Amino acid sequence: MSNEPIHVPTMAELTAKGEVPEILFWVGCAGSFDDRAKKITKAIVRILDHVGMKFAVLGAEEGCTGDAAKRAGNEFLFQMQAMNNITVLNGYEVKKIVTGCPHCFNTLKNEYPALGGNYEVVHHTQLIQGLLDAGKIKLQDGANKGKKITFHDPCYLGRANEEYDAPRSVLEKLNAELAEMERSRENGFCCGAGGAQMFKEAEKGEKEVNVERTEQALELNPDVIATGCPFCMTMMTDGVKHFNKEEKTKVLDVAELIASQIHK
Amino acid sequence: MEYIPNIVFFVLLIAGIVLFTLNVKKIRRNILIGKPVDRNDNKSERWKTMFRVAIGQSKMVTRPLPAILHIFVYVGFIIINIEVIEIIIDGIFKTHRVLSFLGPLYTILIASFEILGALVFLGCLVFFLRRNVAHINRLRSKDLDGWPRSDANYILMLEMSLMAAFLFMNAADFRLQTLQFSHYNLGLSPNAFPISSHLASLYGNASIPSLVMAERSTWWFHILGILAFMNYLPYSKHFHVLLAFPNTYYSNLNAKGEFTNLSSVTNEVKAMLDPTFIPPAAAEPHRFGAKDVHDLTWKQLMDSYSCTECGRCTSSCPANITGKKLSPRKIMMATRDRLEEVGKNMDKNAGKFVEDGKSLFGDYISGEEIWACNMCNACVQECPVNIDPLSIIMDLRRYQVMEQSAASNELNMMMTNIENNGAPWQFSPSDRLNWAIEN
Ligand code: SF4
Ligand code: SF4
Repeated sequence: MSNEPIHVPTMAELTAKGEVPEILFWVGCAGSFDDRAKKITKAIVRILDHVGMKFAVLGAEEGCTGDAAKRAGNEFLFQMQAMNNITVLNGYEVKKIVTGCPHCFNTLKNEYPALGGNYEVVHHTQLIQGLLDAGKIKLQDGANKGKKITFHDPCYLGRANEEYDAPRSVLEKLNAELAEMERSRENGFCCGAGGAQMFKEAEKGEKEVNVERTEQALELNPDVIATGCPFCMTMMTDGVKHFNKEEKTKVLDVAELIASQIHK
Repeated sequence: MEYIPNIVFFVLLIAGIVLFTLNVKKIRRNILIGKPVDRNDNKSERWKTMFRVAIGQSKMVTRPLPAILHIFVYVGFIIINIEVIEIIIDGIFKTHRVLSFLGPLYTILIASFEILGALVFLGCLVFFLRRNVAHINRLRSKDLDGWPRSDANYILMLEMSLMAAFLFMNAADFRLQTLQFSHYNLGLSPNAFPISSHLASLYGNASIPSLVMAERSTWWFHILGILAFMNYLPYSKHFHVLLAFPNTYYSNLNAKGEFTNLSSVTNEVKAMLDPTFIPPAAAEPHRFGAKDVHDLTWKQLMDSYSCTECGRCTSSCPANITGKKLSPRKIMMATRDRLEEVGKNMDKNAGKFVEDGKSLFGDYISGEEIWACNMCNACVQECPVNIDPLSIIMDLRRYQVMEQSAASNELNMMMTNIENNGAPWQFSPSDRLNWAIEN
């Protein structure tokens, strides 16, 4: 279902036709290249198509936002990336952006303005919440009914931007049982990928952060660990495998849960 | 002869205040060696933050037991200081309970001081047991080995003795009143002494001179203890009782995810991308990121003096919880220690810092610590006085990477990939849209 080729318009194409999309979908590096995250990307596209929202992506013109470079300490590289991206975005007169990744979301929303990039930026869970509230998404009931779902707050959506409610309000629409981990919302516990840790071995310690976090989630014995970040996805999926629980507990993005339940 | 105690009192009081002022000025000077950062915008939001976080203790509530005990100690500490006003007037002018003319109001005041005093005592006692008997990781941690652990215990013991002195002073006073002795016979309502009237029985059948002796010595102990406490503050984590207020007022009001933008870098990047751009001349040669306390902002330095060493940050830090060396509390304590060292260096050298071959990074904080950080903001969220340990970690990393090129191979690979192909992995930019067409 989610693996069929789909047509995704690029900004370049639309501009050539003299058209302007309602929103730019910032796919992000993980969403573009990571096999698991690509499925999340497609789920977001399915939702956008389902509601008939006119969107476009940058495709080859999109470059890493520079989040990991900045947090690794390389402000030069971050600003080079930012300025190149801002040139492209401003060139297309982009006003509104949806991202599939809290790191892209945070960087575009909070760190690009100082460098001349001013856009209205939303995370995909916020966009989906808006669409659900407006009654634009028709959900089939069933698939997740009665299942136990726990939401893992991505640090850069939660504490960094204080968005705790959008993903939860979306999940509530699934008629599933929402269970909270002991450390959630403001007290959420990192998956272990932030601060450029995704790209390096961890320092010496007693445990991997993702194993600790997954353990906290598995205490609830959930059917689904839901998240809204491709890096959390990697970390939590590895964690569930570590405990050999992948039969019982799936790790899914909020967008995937919704996309699997929309009317055709 | 008869005025000697009053003169002694006056001299000690002035000496105490002068010494305290000098020490506070030194801390102010140390804080101001930091780099400028503008925290004067949005005043109304700043006042609100201070009221909520410092006065309202809003971030303590997540842990209810210490929150309630801390409220006892905090409210007691502030309110009982009203009593100090009377003590000072009495001490200078040789009066006794000068405010007693307030009548029923005085009864209410003294009674509430007594109740608060007892609560402060109780709070400190439980805190003392939590630190020394109970097994609470954040209070047992090796971060606190040595001076920090003693510091915490000294203060608790001092506060308990101060409160005990206050209550036993009132008890002796109450007994002397009942005996209608001399100037003690003010005809105060027994309701003013809800606690000490019970303690009075502990004096047994003590004679009038020994009761006067007990009253005077506890009076002196109380006021000298307060002066000592005040002068101990600048050397202690208890300086937070003062700095919590400005420190929360000057909080970072931006989203926690927004890390600072280095404008010095912006100029160089602009010049690189656009050869016609002429960067404004820098006032002084700058360093990218931070190697030592001089490279941090005054707010980061104020943070270090405001730290209560409570360890809430560390007990929520995913790196620390999983056994890594990083402890955000230790980052703050190390920053303060280094800043104190730099301050002493300046004292010795007529106010100028003389290079001592040491630095915050390397001598106080190691690479192993800063590279373990997930930049998850849990420590920032937890801190009851709005300290931002993460910003220091970020600045130390910047120095490591931009000045020392000391990133690990894996991180260098990630950065090279971003530089060459616009993604942290080795994929070609032209493949960015492949996800749409592949199965
Ligand atoms: S930001 Fe870094 S130091 Fe602070 S809690 Fe997270 S991992 Fe620990
Ligand atoms: S930084 Fe804040 S939370 Fe951490 S020990 Fe200091 S006061 Fe406590």
